[in-house]
Amino acid sequence: MNIPLEHILLLSAVLFGIGILAVITKRHAVVVLMGIELIFNAANLNLVAFSRHDPQLLQGQLFSLFVIVIAAAEAAIALAIVLRVYQHFKTANLSDIVTDVNK
Amino acid sequence: MLFYIFAILAIVSGAYMVLTRNLLYAGFSLLIVLLSIAGIYVLLFADFIAVTQLMVYVGGVLVLILFGIMLSSRVHDKSVLSENVNTVWGTLVAGLIVVGLSYSILKSNISSLPWLQTMEMDVLGNQKSTVQTIGIKLMTDFVLPFEIASLLLLIALMGAAYIATDKQKV
Repeated sequence: MNIPLEHILLLSAVLFGIGILAVITKRHAVVVLMGIELIFNAANLNLVAFSRHDPQLLQGQLFSLFVIVIAAAEAAIALAIVLRVYQHFKTANLSDIVTDVNK
Repeated sequence: MLFYIFAILAIVSGAYMVLTRNLLYAGFSLLIVLLSIAGIYVLLFADFIAVTQLMVYVGGVLVLILFGIMLSSRVHDKSVLSENVNTVWGTLVAGLIVVGLSYSILKSNISSLPWLQTMEMDVLGNQKSTVQTIGIKLMTDFVLPFEIASLLLLIALMGAAYIATDKQKV
């Protein structure tokens, strides 16, 4: 089955836009993190799509593997920070945290 | 055909992830997005990446995110709901990004690039899967990034455990 490359790129662009929308408009820190994961997935989709045309078959897929590893590490660190922030401010809403700092 | 089903599934549940206010519904629709992206990887002849996506994202990161939701919100309160801010500007910026990216993708005529036409569709050749090639490449050409990634994972897990501990009791 021959999937056109433009369609994969368009799907990736739409997923990237949804991730950006989640990062901008959400107040809860975990949902912002989920938007960042969506952006990583859009980038990975592009890498794998171009790797299909790679004669050595490798470099896009290997790069997306490293992206997945770094995304996992980033999720662990970010959730630890969110938990500390929640313990300190008793909330995980980003706008409430800003008002608490200014006080 | 299967690609379009997965693509529509991913876009619809991604849109639901943004539109819903319930954090748990957002987490589960992110699960559907990740699963359909894994299916698209299988259709793109990237079986090892698909399995890695399933194990790391769906098995690891998503469970971690659900833990984060559970631990950082009082469920019986209203705080499992998440409000929106900057809705107009956010939608405008994201829509402009999507329109610009789509315009440039459609205008740039990617399928006629010369290096994409030389090696069309015969990526797998006579081997069954990409696992052996990825393993050989990881141990030869990409051995330094591989080791650095393992070191990064160790540092990240130790750092996360250190950040999340309660420092008053230690």
